[in-house]
Amino acid sequence: MSSGKLIKLFKIRGGVHPDDRKSLSAEQPIENLPMPDLLHIPLQQHIGAPANPLVRRGELVKKGQLLARSQGAISAPVHAPTSGRIMGVGGYPAHHASGLSVRTITLKPDGNDEWGDIPEPATEPFTLSPEEIAQRVAQAGIVGMGGATFPSAVKLNLRKRYELNTLIINGAECEPYLTCDDRLMREQPEEILDGVALMACALSVEKVLFAIENNKPMAQAAIKQASRGHPNITMVGLPTRYPMGSEKHLVQTLTGQETPARGLTADIGIVVHNVATALAVHDALRHGRPLISRVMTVSGNAICNPRNLRVPLGTPLESLIEYCGGYRQEPARLISGGPMMGQPLPSTRVPAVKGSNGLLALTDIEIQAAPEMPCIRCASCVQACPCGLVPLEMAANIRAGGLDNSVSLGLLDCIACGSCSYVCPSHIPLVQYFNFAKGELASRQRTQHKQGEIKRLAEARTVRMEATKKAKREAMMKRKKEMEEKKQREAEAAAAAEAQA
Amino acid sequence: MREDPLIPGPYTHAPTSVSRTMILVMLALLPATLLSLYLFGWPAIFLFTVTLLAAVLAEAVSLQISGRPPRPFLLDGSALLTGWLLALTLPPWAPWWIGVVGALLAIVIGKQVFGGIGQNLFNPAMVARVALLISFPLEMTLFNPPVPLFSAQAPGFLESLSITFGSSGQLDAISSATTLGHYKTELSRGLTIDQAAGDADTLWQLTLGNAAGSLGETSALLLLLSGLFLIYKRVITWHIPLAMLGTLALCAGIFNLVDPDTYVGPLTHLMSGAAILGAFFIATELVTSPVSVRGQLIFGAGCGLLVYVIRTFAGYPEGVAFAVMLMNACTPLIDHYFKPRIYGRTRKGEPLSYAEKGGEA
Repeated sequence: MSSGKLIKLFKIRGGVHPDDRKSLSAEQPIENLPMPDLLHIPLQQHIGAPANPLVRRGELVKKGQLLARSQGAISAPVHAPTSGRIMGVGGYPAHHASGLSVRTITLKPDGNDEWGDIPEPATEPFTLSPEEIAQRVAQAGIVGMGGATFPSAVKLNLRKRYELNTLIINGAECEPYLTCDDRLMREQPEEILDGVALMACALSVEKVLFAIENNKPMAQAAIKQASRGHPNITMVGLPTRYPMGSEKHLVQTLTGQETPARGLTADIGIVVHNVATALAVHDALRHGRPLISRVMTVSGNAICNPRNLRVPLGTPLESLIEYCGGYRQEPARLISGGPMMGQPLPSTRVPAVKGSNGLLALTDIEIQAAPEMPCIRCASCVQACPCGLVPLEMAANIRAGGLDNSVSLGLLDCIACGSCSYVCPSHIPLVQYFNFAKGELASRQRTQHKQGEIKRLAEARTVRMEATKKAKREAMMKRKKEMEEKKQREAEAAAAAEAQA
Repeated sequence: MREDPLIPGPYTHAPTSVSRTMILVMLALLPATLLSLYLFGWPAIFLFTVTLLAAVLAEAVSLQISGRPPRPFLLDGSALLTGWLLALTLPPWAPWWIGVVGALLAIVIGKQVFGGIGQNLFNPAMVARVALLISFPLEMTLFNPPVPLFSAQAPGFLESLSITFGSSGQLDAISSATTLGHYKTELSRGLTIDQAAGDADTLWQLTLGNAAGSLGETSALLLLLSGLFLIYKRVITWHIPLAMLGTLALCAGIFNLVDPDTYVGPLTHLMSGAAILGAFFIATELVTSPVSVRGQLIFGAGCGLLVYVIRTFAGYPEGVAFAVMLMNACTPLIDHYFKPRIYGRTRKGEPLSYAEKGGEA
């Protein structure tokens, strides 16, 4: 009953249809990238607190060994992608547009790729309690691998605070160029579905929807075939439209329900996980393997041979480009992720991290950049916005410094999908305005918080000083009084003695 | 890799640009314009050329004065389009200076004074048309019946030069009223619609364009097809044209039903004058119309209603320009009050709450 069932789909607002350009790499099977000479493993590859390093320079580590422990409620540990010697724990350029230095463990592989002590694979993982599954997922350092990198175990534990009914697996992969999830679904559907079933078990939900965009018929067929063994998992074909892979819009397409503003999909009983995350969960529970590698798409017209590669975490991106035959022509842009929401990369020295799904080397023709022109109020952005915002008005407000106005227009409801910028005939970088404004807002809130704290501390100090002064004064008065009483007593005593005498 | 790595995403773009939008609109206007130029002959061609040249020149000088780079702004085609739309609203045999003054009014007063492209509150072509109509009522209301190029009655090249660039005295002899003007005059003389209809252009004439009127008021059919082309190309959406024409037809229909002797029927209203041109090309002008779907529906309906009211109850036989400008003035207000509903929020902007409805369905 699982595979043949038809699911009613609901319409979402807006969206765009960028040329998907997936054929560049869609037919390339996943290949294992050879181990590079050095791995640079950042301590923070996830949303939350950075991991706390446990190793020191010169130490020998085995593959899968814990390198840094998670700290805090929202965090994830980091493991050694291979065996080798720790060269140091220090600063190294981040996988980020800024290229700022972040704390990174540098590991020199010894070439043996020797596994260390990893947790015993669970013989009967479905008999484990939801808590145990979530704990093993947390120990394996698994984070959302669609790019959001939110620690997966935290999401698996949402069952404690919300009434959940459905797990949705996001196989939309709506960003152009990217084919890593497509390939995983085609090549490892059984393993992915096993991971999905385990996650459903951890969440204690009965219903699982596996959503894949219709531009991936092979992946759909593979998942449909494999889902025969899982009566509660249903494969659903999605219309090809960006941003179908946005969690909230995916949920709306499948259930017709909107996630309340500022809320989580869990508010309406739904948790969404990515395909690659499901595979990582399978690896963690069935084989005891932590998250030490991931599949990335290396593509773009500037790359000689676009490929899908399984990359050890921490591999410098230049190794990927080299493996793909280098550049066909000098790329105009290097992008981490897809072209719609991806970030420009400052250098190819930066390492691959848990959230990297793509590395694109794009030419000028692909980017279609053009000088910015004034807004002609054509309303293309209003039509394209999947969130029902009026981007042109928000941008005009931000440009004029009206940050508060832009917030009341819905700035914080923007998901930064970039659809507005994509369609703008005037090539106005609308989404850039919104990202800037969100950053400004965050820093303003931090400043306000800081000022509030300073004020609170200063006031507390004044009160404390006052109290001390008062106490001192009182003590002095008391002593003075005692002295006077003593003097008086002495005088009385002296007078009495005199009188006796 | 280039030196400026922080250029913002997305790193792909839809094949859109301002000039593409303008070119598509001009492409859509081309068939009807060519037909009109053919029907009204050399004087119309001269007037059209002069108006477009003046518009582009005015734009270039304004850009120069305001210190903007002339190249990208001239190449965006917006000045050319404004001139084109203005020319379409002029009587085909109007003297050259009407076109030049109109182009200056449209580009300088209507657009550049507000800050150039994208900043104008009113449709520049309509600003010019209304100013011309009020300042030069005689020149702006002298219409002539179509005399196709190379036909026997058509003025020759030299004669045409003198019509456009010389004195316009000889025009009176062959002038003719537009359909709406004809009805207006006859009705004011106390005739009924039926009596007046005898001399009026037939609906068929109006559809094909073989009737007196402004340059662009000729073939309703061609303009309609061009409008549908623009909708197909997603330059405009159907909301404003449908709301405008629907409201116009509805008003005309109701009044015509109540008193068919005094009120012209809906088809004549739709097919004559600038109704179709206005609905697809003037009211939909991107800069001066609302951005949300609901806003556009209200805007269109307002235009339609005002067109009917002005045509029927006011002194002018045609009211598209006035109607569109009045609604242009309302655009900021409409945009303020009618926004799309934000995802995950109610129309009032509160986050959706499923709990209050007693759990989700």
